[in-house]
Amino acid sequence: MSEAIVSMRNVVKRYERGKQTVEVLNGLSLDIPKGDFVALMGPSGSGKTTLLNLIGGLDTPNSGEITVAGQRLDRLGSGALARWRSNHVGFVFQFYNLMPMLNAERNVELPLLLTHLSGSKRKANALAALTLVGIADRAKHKPAELSGGQAQRVAIARALVADPTLLICDEPTGDLDRKSADEVLHLLQILNRDHGKSIVMVTHDPKAAEFARRQLHMDKGALLEAGTLA
Amino acid sequence: MKFFPLIWATLWRKKTRTIFTLLSIVVAFLLFGVLETIDYAFAHPSSGVTGADKLITTNKYSITLLLPYSDAAEIHAVPGVAEVTWITWFGAYYQESKNFVFALPIDTDSYFNVHKDEFIVPENQMRAFRGTRTGALVNSALLKKHGWKVGDKVPLHSTIWTQKADGSLDWTFDIVGTFDARDPTQASAQAQTVLFHYEMFDEGRSFGKGEVGWFEERVTDPSKAADIAARIDALFANSPNETKTQPANDFALSFIKQFGDIGFVLRAILGAVFFALLFLTGNTMMQSVRERTPELAVLKTLGFGDGQVLELVLAESLLLCALAAVIGLALSYATLPVIKTALQGIELSPSALLPGLGVAVALALVVGLPPALRAMRLNIVDALADKH
Repeated sequence: MSEAIVSMRNVVKRYERGKQTVEVLNGLSLDIPKGDFVALMGPSGSGKTTLLNLIGGLDTPNSGEITVAGQRLDRLGSGALARWRSNHVGFVFQFYNLMPMLNAERNVELPLLLTHLSGSKRKANALAALTLVGIADRAKHKPAELSGGQAQRVAIARALVADPTLLICDEPTGDLDRKSADEVLHLLQILNRDHGKSIVMVTHDPKAAEFARRQLHMDKGALLEAGTLA
Repeated sequence: MKFFPLIWATLWRKKTRTIFTLLSIVVAFLLFGVLETIDYAFAHPSSGVTGADKLITTNKYSITLLLPYSDAAEIHAVPGVAEVTWITWFGAYYQESKNFVFALPIDTDSYFNVHKDEFIVPENQMRAFRGTRTGALVNSALLKKHGWKVGDKVPLHSTIWTQKADGSLDWTFDIVGTFDARDPTQASAQAQTVLFHYEMFDEGRSFGKGEVGWFEERVTDPSKAADIAARIDALFANSPNETKTQPANDFALSFIKQFGDIGFVLRAILGAVFFALLFLTGNTMMQSVRERTPELAVLKTLGFGDGQVLELVLAESLLLCALAAVIGLALSYATLPVIKTALQGIELSPSALLPGLGVAVALALVVGLPPALRAMRLNIVDALADKH
């Protein structure tokens, strides 16, 4: 796990709030090795989600360097960032963010619409991803017909289907009961250990963080400490 | 095409709203189809007078002003005029004003010489017409429409001409025969026509004796028609009854224009309808995109570029408008026979519906562009924060 999938140097991120400037990240530096599973913890407003957005190429820093999967993200424009996201990163959100009018299979197929794959190949890959997360039998169901745990599995399948190098998970169990949360976290663990996916997960839940290899704690825009789990 | 299922599913995300929006656009395009067809029909009228060899002479200032019958001889004397006949607008209906009848008093010999071989009239019925002072030749379609038969006495109510004898506006005719246009394209223009004797009309009316509504001329050489028209008008220049001579179809246009600028009125109605539709559909599209802000942000996180998101929203707008336009125009096409019956004697053309597709595309772009631009400019982080 020596090669870094994420490398950040002196990253500064500020937001304008009316006449005020809020500095969310202040010269943050961080390395995440390839194949790692990192849980990012900290109180609200500590900058976790901002850090996640920067790693995922959803936002750009005011200054500093961000290299993810070998690409300097701070140098890319919005179009190039979009293309980079489609190839290298998969997102899992707290509220699943599935398209309510599409069934599970169509939701999972969405990232593949940006590829040159044929319709049949896209469908096959979507079913394979649903099978991997153990929910192929619900392929034709719409999000409203799925439980929270099932919907999050579909969201994970959507994040995986284009075979990204990095999974970004923002409170993936925040809307689930304990049992469903543990199932989803166990699934993420399998994806990390057996399929080599690098994962960065924001969570408030210490039990969820225990599923990760490492826990990083943030407060006031800075990393506090780092610990390695067995 | 691979994006079609996504666009289609998005369009039907709120079924009830989409159905009502679709219906409002369908109704607008149904109205568009109907009014455009009528406008086209008025802009391309058939005068019921066929051939490039026909001219029509009216009063220069208004076709409602009469001309002296004596002008006929002078017109006939113009080189190149093979035949001239005269007609007056009778303005008739049968029983009720909705039963409009295109009743024309004609001078039998000259009329059928000007319109040589244009009508099919059984020989025995033509003989009966010539021999019956109150006789009338009725177009077979009109005969069938009112259930008349040869031999019937039919009263027609004139909206203009009172009878000298009793001041009545009701004139009674004996149906002695039928006629049909030989050219099928003229069948519709002739479908309401009744021909009767000018002599009987002129003697029976209480005013306007010796005057006619217009003259119709057949010229020997159609290529010289413009020159002949100028010569005819020159005859009466600076007289109390100056004339205007023009090709038959131009006359039909002038006749229609006396009712006002129908095209302008129809376009004004359509303009108001589509102006209202712009706000309705535009507001619906904007609301739909606003509701989908997190979903659009998710598409962007998956790697959809700003341009692709703009195209998706525009495609949705285009699909909605095109679908509604096709349904609306198809419905208006289906109503053509009904309109044709209601607007008796007017020829309708389905080709008038084609511009509707262009209007649909323009509408889609106008109502789709603002929400599409909004979706394109969407900041992912801000949009997702609403959900978090």
